[in-house]
Amino acid sequence: MEWLATLGRRGLSLSARLGRASLLMLAMLRGLPALLRRPRLLLEQLLSVGVLTVLIVAVSGIFVGMVLGLQGHYILSRFGAEATLGVMVAASLVRELGPVVTALLYAGRAGSAMSAEIGLMKATEQLSGLEMMAVNPEHRVLTPRLIAGIISMPLLAAMFSVLGVYGGWFVGVGLLGVDEGTYWAQMQSQIDWNDDVLNGVIKSVVFGVVCTWIAIFQGYECVPTSEGVSRATTRTVVHSSLAVLGLDFVLTAMMFD
Amino acid sequence: MIRQPRAKDTLVRIRDLTFHRGTRAIFEGVDIEIPRGAVTAIMGPSGSGKTTLLKLIGGQLTPDAGRIEVDGQDVHALSTRDLYRLRMRMGMLFQSGALLTDLSVFDNVAYPLREHTRLTPSMIRKLVLLKLEAVGLRGAHQLMPSELSGGMARRVALARAIALDPMMIMYDEPFTGQDPISMGVLVQLIRRLNDAARITSVIVSHDVAETSQIADLIYVISNGRVIESGPPQTLHDSGGEWTRQFMQGLADGPVPFHYPAPELALDLFRRLV
Repeated sequence: MEWLATLGRRGLSLSARLGRASLLMLAMLRGLPALLRRPRLLLEQLLSVGVLTVLIVAVSGIFVGMVLGLQGHYILSRFGAEATLGVMVAASLVRELGPVVTALLYAGRAGSAMSAEIGLMKATEQLSGLEMMAVNPEHRVLTPRLIAGIISMPLLAAMFSVLGVYGGWFVGVGLLGVDEGTYWAQMQSQIDWNDDVLNGVIKSVVFGVVCTWIAIFQGYECVPTSEGVSRATTRTVVHSSLAVLGLDFVLTAMMFD
Repeated sequence: MIRQPRAKDTLVRIRDLTFHRGTRAIFEGVDIEIPRGAVTAIMGPSGSGKTTLLKLIGGQLTPDAGRIEVDGQDVHALSTRDLYRLRMRMGMLFQSGALLTDLSVFDNVAYPLREHTRLTPSMIRKLVLLKLEAVGLRGAHQLMPSELSGGMARRVALARAIALDPMMIMYDEPFTGQDPISMGVLVQLIRRLNDAARITSVIVSHDVAETSQIADLIYVISNGRVIESGPPQTLHDSGGEWTRQFMQGLADGPVPFHYPAPELALDLFRRLV
C-alpha cells in the first residue's frame, strides 16, 4: 500500500504545483496594464531575453541549415530530385526545426538565466524588499520577462529559419552545384504561407509562453539557497525541453493532419 | 515594572498571535505592544521566529490566529491596495540589505520615490542625496551594490527604507556580521534616525549589547512565547533564569547547549546497521 500512498502524494504535489503555476500566470497577466505604463521594463527584458540569445540562435541556424543541405542533397540526389533541395530545407526549418531548436536553445540560454536571476533575487530578499516597498514583484519583475519571452521566441525562430535556409543554400548551391534559380523557385512555389509559415509561428509563440512560464515559475518557487537555485535552473531546462518536444508532437498532429 | 503604553501611544498591537510552519509552532498566543516613537527590540535566540514576526507585521505572512494592528489598522484584513498603502509608511531593513543588484546606490534609494511619488527628477536627486548624506554615503551614490561592503550595503538599504519618510522602520538583524566600526555606526544611526525623524523603530536582533544600548523596550521571545519584556536595565537585572542566560550569554541555564540526543556512549558504541 506504500506505493499507492507515494503515488497519491506525488499526484497531489503535482496538482498543487500546477495550481500555483496557473495562479502565477494569472498574477503576471494582471500586471499587463502596469507594463503598458512602463514600456522601459519590457525593453530591458527584450534585450536580456531576446537580443542576448541572437548569437547562439544565429550560429545554430546556419549550421543546422548547412547540415540539412548536405543530408538533403545526399538523399535527394539518389532519386534525381536535388532540385527540390530548397523546399526540403525550408519546410524542415519553418515547420519543425526553427521553432523546436530555437525553443531548446532559448530554454538553455535565456530560460536558465531567467530562473537563476529570479531565484537569486528571492534568495537575497530582493523580492521581499520590493513587496515591503509596496511594489508588486509579480508585476514588476515577472510580467516583463513573460511578455519579452513571448515576443522574442517567434522572432528568434524566424531568424533561425532564414539563416538556416541560407546555410542550406551555401552548401547546396555554393558547394554541391544545385541550380540557384531552382533552389529559390521551388521553395517559393511549394512553401505555403498558412500551412507552413503561420503554423511555425504559432508553434514558436506557444513554445515562448511555455518555456518562459516554466523558467519564471521555477525561479519564483525555488528554495532560496544555492542548491535550490541550481535545481531550479536544471529543472527549467529539463522541463522546458520535454514540454517543447511533447507539445511539438501535439501541435504537429493538430496542424498537419 | 514594564511601562504599559496607553492605547493611543501604541503603533503596533499584536494580540494572541499564533503561527505555525508545518506542524512546528513558531508563535503560540503572543501579545506584543510597540509604542510609538520608541526603539523596541524583539530579542531571542536564532530560530525563535524574530524575522517571521517582522514578516507578519508587514503582512508578508498571515497568522493562523490572532490579530496584528499597525496604526489602528488590522494588517491582515486589509485589501491588497490598502496593505500596499500601509507599507509605504513602513520601512524595512533586511538582514542582507536586499538592494536591487542591477541598480546603482543612487537608483536604489530613488526607487521608492520614483515608484510612489510624482516628484521631478531634480527633486528626487536632492532627496536621495539628503538621505544618503544622513547615512554618510553621499559620496558613494554612483557605486553598484557589488562594490559595497556589508556595512555600507546596510546603510544604503537604510537610506532607501527612510526615503518615503515612513512612520516606522523594522530592522532585521541589523548588526549581524558587522565589523566593530560598522556596528557602532549602525547603532548610533538607528537611534539618531529614530529621534530626528520621530519614527518608531522595531529591531529584531540577538546582539544583546548593541541592542540594549539603544532600545527603550525589549521583548525577549523563545519557544513561541514572550518570556519577558521591559526596559534593558530591568531585563539585565531580571531574576528569570531564561532571561538571565540570554542577556548575559551564559552557557548553563534552561537553554541546553546540546541538541537533544541519546547518550554519547550509546551513540559511539551503537552497531551500524
